[in-house]
Amino acid sequence: MTIHHEQVEVAHKESFITKYIFSTDHKTIARQYLITGVIWGVIGMILSWFMRLQLAYPNQPMPFLEKILGKWAEGGILKPEFYVALITMHGTIMVFFLLTAGLSGTFSNYLIPLQIGARDMAFPVLNMLSYWVFFAASVVMLISFFVQTGPAGAGWTMYPPLSALKNAIPGADVGATLWLVSMALFIVSSLLGALNYITTTLNFRTKGMSMGRLPITVWGMFVTAILGLLSFPVLLAGAVMLIFDREFGTSFFVPSGLVLGGQPVPHEGGNPILWQHLFWFLGHPEVYIVAIPAFSLVGEILATNARKPLFAYKVSVGAIIGIGALSMIVWGHHMYVSGMNPILGEIFVITTLAISFPTAILVFNYIVTIWRGNLRFTPAMLFALGFLGLFIPGALTGAFLATAPVDIQLHDTYFVVAHFHFTMATSAAFGMFAGVYHWFPKMFGRMMNDKLGKIHFWGSFIGVYLIFFPMFFKGIAGVPRRYYSFTEYDFTSQFVGLNKFITIAALITGAVQLLFVFNFFWSMFKGPKADKNPWKSTTLEWQTDSPPPHGNWGPELPVVYRGPYEYSVPGAEDDYIPQTVPVKIETK
Amino acid sequence: MSEKQSKFHGLLFLFFFIAGIIASVWVVVRNGWWMPELASDRETIDRIFITIFIIAGILFILSELTLSYFVLRYSGSPSRKAFYLPGSTKKEILWSILPGTLVVIILEISAEFLGGASMWGRIHGEVPKDAFLVEITGEQFAWSIRYPGSDGKFGRTDPKLISYENPLGIDITDENAKDDIVFPAGQGILYLPLNHPVVFLIRSKDVIHSPYLPNFRVKQDAVPGMTTRTWFIPKKEGEFELACAELCGLGHYRMKLPVVVKPMEEVQEWLSEQTPAVDLYY
Amino acid sequence: MKKTFFLTAITLLMTLQVVAQNATIKGVVKFKGEAPKPRLISMKADRQCDAIHGGKAVTAEDFVINQNGTLKWVFVYVKEGVKGKYNPPEEPVVLDQQGCWYHPHVFGIMVGQKLEIRNSDPLLHNVHSTPKKNKPFNIGQPVKGMKNIFTFTTPEVMVPFKCDVHPWMSAYAGVLDHPFYGVTNDKGEFEIKNLPPGTYTIEAWHEKLGTQTQSVTVKAGETKTIEFTFERKR
Repeated sequence: MTIHHEQVEVAHKESFITKYIFSTDHKTIARQYLITGVIWGVIGMILSWFMRLQLAYPNQPMPFLEKILGKWAEGGILKPEFYVALITMHGTIMVFFLLTAGLSGTFSNYLIPLQIGARDMAFPVLNMLSYWVFFAASVVMLISFFVQTGPAGAGWTMYPPLSALKNAIPGADVGATLWLVSMALFIVSSLLGALNYITTTLNFRTKGMSMGRLPITVWGMFVTAILGLLSFPVLLAGAVMLIFDREFGTSFFVPSGLVLGGQPVPHEGGNPILWQHLFWFLGHPEVYIVAIPAFSLVGEILATNARKPLFAYKVSVGAIIGIGALSMIVWGHHMYVSGMNPILGEIFVITTLAISFPTAILVFNYIVTIWRGNLRFTPAMLFALGFLGLFIPGALTGAFLATAPVDIQLHDTYFVVAHFHFTMATSAAFGMFAGVYHWFPKMFGRMMNDKLGKIHFWGSFIGVYLIFFPMFFKGIAGVPRRYYSFTEYDFTSQFVGLNKFITIAALITGAVQLLFVFNFFWSMFKGPKADKNPWKSTTLEWQTDSPPPHGNWGPELPVVYRGPYEYSVPGAEDDYIPQTVPVKIETK
Repeated sequence: MSEKQSKFHGLLFLFFFIAGIIASVWVVVRNGWWMPELASDRETIDRIFITIFIIAGILFILSELTLSYFVLRYSGSPSRKAFYLPGSTKKEILWSILPGTLVVIILEISAEFLGGASMWGRIHGEVPKDAFLVEITGEQFAWSIRYPGSDGKFGRTDPKLISYENPLGIDITDENAKDDIVFPAGQGILYLPLNHPVVFLIRSKDVIHSPYLPNFRVKQDAVPGMTTRTWFIPKKEGEFELACAELCGLGHYRMKLPVVVKPMEEVQEWLSEQTPAVDLYY
Repeated sequence: MKKTFFLTAITLLMTLQVVAQNATIKGVVKFKGEAPKPRLISMKADRQCDAIHGGKAVTAEDFVINQNGTLKWVFVYVKEGVKGKYNPPEEPVVLDQQGCWYHPHVFGIMVGQKLEIRNSDPLLHNVHSTPKKNKPFNIGQPVKGMKNIFTFTTPEVMVPFKCDVHPWMSAYAGVLDHPFYGVTNDKGEFEIKNLPPGTYTIEAWHEKLGTQTQSVTVKAGETKTIEFTFERKR
């Protein structure tokens, strides 16, 4: 009776606006992040289609492009300056808006309070602000597509002086300012989020939920939040300095004596390499800000669907912490040929190779987790397995790039493009898909379509390999990245046929993603109603309603008696024992 | 879920990886997709690359096949229960740390001890005294070339002197500058001597560029405001290409410089036919 | 109806008036001093450009001395003294990129008049214009036959154009809010037509040798010949 009473009271307080728009409920905020992320993902993917069309059919008029893009594809031919804007925006959108905000924003928000047995975040209003600042960042980024000189076009790394001198490329004009403002907002949003995730994890755990009983997801999100808190402010400083260089005539990054387009540049005394240090000081941890949440979601899903405890839980948690710590001191491996002090290069080789230690442990533990399991192939499980299948080639090819002399040859070639798409782009996207398929029933109270999910998986998995695996060989042959067309050099023109193949694969794989988008929105309203615990899972969020009520738990907070992955315990009645089940019952 | 459907995904994984590996090898071998022909003394890079390629290749095939095999072998059935591993025994911890340690040791050995570190030190260390000097200056979207002339010294440059006819801003009042041989951006081909150390002094006039010679395993960013340096020995005669490897603007994709390697005498002879700076700038 | 008739009449009258009072200033721009060696541009590094010129070097146009000792590519225009407003003509000025070269090297254009930049080469050119008073622009034209149209909003002498892909390519535009300008040809001659009678400051601009001015008074229907002499000191 009391439960009923509380629910009525809660429902009474909420209007449409406070419930769905300016909500302080972590579950609503998570869903807002997810939907925004999905929209950004679709935009980012469409941008990549344009890029692929240009690379497959350079200098061939495609009149339909002019209809879509207007002056950026006059006569149906994509302009080189717009191609540069495309690579910039594709990278920025995918890395930050989809795989940082969309992934970590969604699942940190959704899972931390639910999996630790809290009613909400520590600071619900900050949490709401975090989303709306992110939303503002999104709006600014979107506006930049419609300014006259086009969106930012200096690569997602925005290396000055290209990004600092407004006349260096059309994309360095207003578009770059908007990019910087948007990123500054984005960072503020991330910091607000990270503060919340850390505080909540440390202080709001329910009775019995010791740090050693946290699901691996919470550990992942927690480490990610710490990483973000330590590294994002550095890029914020960098972005503000770059805005000053561009708008107020300071010279942090622009040296003396430059001549651009025949005209002297009125800056003096800056250093462009400083930006690279600031950028990669965030940029590299950022790779793990993207990868660790994916890793942790995958761990949880593998254990649940293999019906086995996560292998060597403590070591895995240690590995995640280790990856997080090491990721702060490896940024220089992006700069071996930048003109940075070569002794620094030597040091970064060692730290970079060291990070393969925790990473290899984690991958090994995950593979052993499915060893002798009783695997259940839900779409989430397939995507989790696919994550491993994609991460392995990505991680292994990192060894080439970590080795400074080999990187001289491979730096800024398609080898790098293939490498990071496997390691942190598609694999993290697979982690995110896995997470969405797995927690959708909890988030929206309805099941997603299983068949569509499986088709989506196989289309994506095979597609990703067809798109990115050949790029390793393009890179080995020396083909540089960020080229508008490969017709100008003898050593790049041998890949004309391969480029067509990759483009066709990308178009089909992209179309398969639309199945997911359809499945996502259709199931939100029309999917079959979900049970409390459709996957027979042990963690706390599955012990409450789907979707959980406001305040998550009814009047009493759950109490935790055991670790997160008690699957297939010998002697137990079911093949899973939820964390809320007291230990006494199963002691012999 | 039926057992049949369960096996289906496992089989598909296995099939995909085996077919994929075979198809990749076939396509790559048939098309000869490999590193561009080596034309310099940097064969260490190739050696380390191939070593890591073999190790990573084996690890890749092993781990993907293990993964697919597990997926097939342990696909679920209602009649079976998973094997219970408690999750934190000492044995588990030991086992889990082992492969990571192995991977790191293998990688460190291949990367550092096969000559990687000494190679890196050599590239960035002392330059041979009699080396052939060339200054390459990047600008949107072409390369200027400058040879020091018979005195072996580059003259002073000053950005304030840069103009249409003096694109490098050479100070012709400097004695060292008078015999410099200059090819303004886009107007010259890079001649290099065979079997002789070549030093690149690399500069930029506007944004970051990066001269990249795929055949020579050479790449070094051109950073505005400073002079970077790299050196190597061309080992093959012929024509090659220098590309830009750092995004520098809308013409990045065709910022090309043809490179010609010829015996030292021919290069010297060719240089002696060129007009020195003193006759061009006054 | 009546009003329209009235307006048409006035317009007609004004046109007649312009024709009736037209004066012309013409002349030559001479050169004195030591001629610099013609500078040759070799396009060796861009094989496509080089092939268009059959592997031959092209003479730079920044300092062209004609056979009769006059200067080519001098922009001569009325700097001060023009009264009234002039509308830009309908037809655009064309700046063509052909053989990795700008045609023409120097030209005049009115504020608001269309500038059509054309790529007649089967390769990438970019048009990088760096004016001080107008808005700079920088666009790429990757294939043959591409066209872009620009207009200027403020008078400016001169607006430089450069192709960054082929850094030797350079052109200059004199942007004015009246149509009284001319560029010297390969005999060093220029002509400014249809000037209303009055006193004007005429300026001659040369890329390397700077500017010179003269004051000229013209009566209705008169044709006056003037002369500029640029001197080059070593």
